[in-house]
Amino acid sequence: MHNLTIAELVTGLQSKEFSSVELTQHFLARIAKLDANYNALITVTADQALKAAAAADERLAAGNAPALCGVPILHKDIFCTNGVRTSCGSKMLDNFIPPYNATVVENFEQAGAVVLGKTNMDEFAMGSSNETSFYGPVKNPWASDSVPGGSSGGSAAAVAARLAPGATATDTGGSIRQPAALCGITGLKPTYGRVSRWGMIAFASSLDQGGPMARTAEDCALLLNCMASYDDKDSTCIDREVPDYSATLGDSIKGLKIGVPSEYFSEGLDPDTEKTVRTALAEYEAQGAELVEISLPNTGLSVPAYYVIAPAEASTNLTRFDGVRYGYRCEDPKDLNDLYTRTRAEGFGDEVKHRILIGTYCLSAGYYDAYYGKAQQVRQLIQQDFEKAFEQVDVIMGPTTPSPAFKFGSKGDDPVAMYLEDIYTVATNLAGLPGMSVPCGMVDNKPVGLQIIGNYFDEARMLNIAHQYQQATKWHSLAPEGIA
Amino acid sequence: MSHSGWETVIGLEVHVQLATKTKIFSGASTAFGAEANTQACAIDLAMPGTLPVLNKQAVHYAVMFGLAIDAEIGKESAFERKNYFYPDSPKGYQTTQLEKPIVGRGNVEITLADGRTKNVRIHHAHLEEDAGKSLHEGDFRHGVSGIDLNRAGTPLIEIVSEPDMSNAEEAIAFAKRLHSIVTSIGICDGEMSQGSMRFDVNVSVRPTGTTELGTRTETKNLNSYKFMEEAIAKEVERQIDLIEDGGIIKQETRLYNGDTKVARSMRSKEEANDYRYFPCPDLLPVIVSDETIAELRRNLPELPDARQARFIEQYGLSHYDAGVIGSDAAMAAFFEIAAEKSGNAKLTANWIMGELAARLNSQDLSISKSPVSAEQLGGLVARIADDSISGKMAKQVFEGMWAGEGSADEIIEARGLKQVSDSGALEQMVVDVLTANQAMVDDYISSDEAKRKKKLGGFMGKIMQASKGQANPQQVNQILAQKLNELL
Repeated sequence: MHNLTIAELVTGLQSKEFSSVELTQHFLARIAKLDANYNALITVTADQALKAAAAADERLAAGNAPALCGVPILHKDIFCTNGVRTSCGSKMLDNFIPPYNATVVENFEQAGAVVLGKTNMDEFAMGSSNETSFYGPVKNPWASDSVPGGSSGGSAAAVAARLAPGATATDTGGSIRQPAALCGITGLKPTYGRVSRWGMIAFASSLDQGGPMARTAEDCALLLNCMASYDDKDSTCIDREVPDYSATLGDSIKGLKIGVPSEYFSEGLDPDTEKTVRTALAEYEAQGAELVEISLPNTGLSVPAYYVIAPAEASTNLTRFDGVRYGYRCEDPKDLNDLYTRTRAEGFGDEVKHRILIGTYCLSAGYYDAYYGKAQQVRQLIQQDFEKAFEQVDVIMGPTTPSPAFKFGSKGDDPVAMYLEDIYTVATNLAGLPGMSVPCGMVDNKPVGLQIIGNYFDEARMLNIAHQYQQATKWHSLAPEGIA
Repeated sequence: MSHSGWETVIGLEVHVQLATKTKIFSGASTAFGAEANTQACAIDLAMPGTLPVLNKQAVHYAVMFGLAIDAEIGKESAFERKNYFYPDSPKGYQTTQLEKPIVGRGNVEITLADGRTKNVRIHHAHLEEDAGKSLHEGDFRHGVSGIDLNRAGTPLIEIVSEPDMSNAEEAIAFAKRLHSIVTSIGICDGEMSQGSMRFDVNVSVRPTGTTELGTRTETKNLNSYKFMEEAIAKEVERQIDLIEDGGIIKQETRLYNGDTKVARSMRSKEEANDYRYFPCPDLLPVIVSDETIAELRRNLPELPDARQARFIEQYGLSHYDAGVIGSDAAMAAFFEIAAEKSGNAKLTANWIMGELAARLNSQDLSISKSPVSAEQLGGLVARIADDSISGKMAKQVFEGMWAGEGSADEIIEARGLKQVSDSGALEQMVVDVLTANQAMVDDYISSDEAKRKKKLGGFMGKIMQASKGQANPQQVNQILAQKLNELL
């Protein structure tokens, strides 16, 4: 049952081939048996899941149930879940139980989806390897000595290991696409403003965006149909009709103009990864698409700009974690200052502290213009690069990451080496554009991701393009050893 | 306390709580006086994942203020985060406006006691959120402080003036004018004792005749005109004394305790926070359309200047009376209702500014909390105007109304206070008193003209006593004079 796609599960549930309770029990059993190998989940919500499954079965029996009714999923532990601990991968929130649901969580609940648990992640979504989680690193199902990517490493690994058919995730600088690539699954970061941020714990508010992870583009379309909504509780959410992302999956891609940025195929890209991605591009050509060489000249500035803007926003977003109202509080504070400093020194991990310090520095009097101000200018240049590119082409394609999954600890001492992992992904966040990663081959028995970048609100087109590729290839259906 | 050779320069920063029903970024109530932390929702508590949504009414109120002072309106304003750690600031930053405020340059004209007017320029006014309150008293002692977040997120406009005032009188006239404007257009309840308006006073001194500004200090959070006056006087004296003794004024933030009358330094410029302002990524720029501005302008309630002119014209009030009553929106509304009921505007104005104002002041009540309603006061003035009761009786009736005994007519009836104006009855009363006091009458007759006048008062007293104060004094006077004349 765990090898079925969400689309197949929907058919099975609606035609009563199996019940949601059976499905839920099956996945809960897999999690109980296998997750010790991956550490993909922080919290398993077995009792709630079985109750929700029973309720879903009643709705299914009554007829007219929504598509996702009874389908088991996982939520990244960054989405607030009413009554269920929401840790954000941090000791700071290890004891935090929100009294409200994130809008994304609410949307899935309304649709009758069954939540099996909450997935592991880099602390406050800050990381590209899942090594910064307070709950320990997640292991890549394809190679247990390698990282699953981050920050949504738990969601990616869980989907790759068939612990759930789909999961929610978030992407601030590549946190959906990079782990999707490294774990051999499909992930989509929508246009900024497409998915509500209400109840999604903020890392960098102007960059954060929730999105789906699943094994196929078709499944991502089903998840996004539910996940995307206009929400008046999020002022940056855009009031725009949500199309049926499933409806256009079968459209032809003949004549599609694919931009191939030279900057995404330059120094730093692993040659085997490049070969794999070029083979995928050739497949598109074979399907009648046209490859157009383009330039995104400011790509090189995207990582430095990102590592000013994201920490700057994070440094103030994380000020609220002060031990006063919720979350971790140090023992026996002597005075207010002691409460603040020890709570934050003990509650945050090193990477989070590192970024708070960078962000605080960048916003300080005398440094603001040189760092934050300059980074905002770069952000505009990057946006303009994409605007120009989209005058010529329909989508942009390239690698999601410079190389396949790296080994634990291999970038531990050098934060900049880790930050370069995001070199192909951060620009889309800075521009607010949608981006996707689709499995497109294997290097050393590890998956490689093809990145698809679309124009604003072009998610339906991107899913269609990815789906057409997956109709012709098998990379998305490969399973890590011992899984199938 | 004159300091010859020195002049004072004062600028004000005024925090005005906007009278919206809900907070600036959440749906929680802004009502004053609720039990601690019962009006703070997940957003006000800065729970993880919560997001602000701007209250449109707060934006409209800020624009209305801008229109009232003839200011430029920021058609695209923006919110920024002002970062600092403090327990009453749950997010760890205050959402405020810095680079692009909603209200730009404007002007407020003040009138001084001697009738002179002066223009005070407004530098700008911006929207922001109020903080919660730290509680260091009562249950909270021995190293534990309480936090009440009911006030956190209450919308404020901060009005920043240019340093255009040169003494406490001008500063207070300016503060009162702002109070008058914001209450007149209905964007603030004006309840100073509840913190609805709070004043930060920037003070510097310089040798008379020079133009360069001296180093200023800022005394924060004064919430009454009296405290402002005291704080300014103290600070001016401190600065002049210090400079004359060879010292230097340090730029600093100061606090003045109105109860103990003690002023002290809170923090120096060096200790000031680096607030690391930057644009709030959770909020979009605030766009106010020309249509919205036009509509708010069309519906702007009467401003104090217009109202004062109308009171002179419509009710025949003096400039002074119109100035006092017309500048306070609540008092003006009270007056109009009472005057309508009484039919005598001038007398109504006298009663409001006299007896009523004195009683309210003595109990520290604002006119909106007056135990005597406008209708009641109007009813009382009507009875004075139609001679049903004397001024002295009116004071008793007023006491009764204050004590909740009902309308003027009910109290007059219940206490039997109706004035006797029936000339037959009064004549009988006079005759009875004269007959009963033959010795006084003889004494009167034997006195000379000048002494007789003085002795009239004695008869009056006896007659008023006999009538239990109900006799119409003018009529008694007439009848008494006539009767005594007949005896001469």
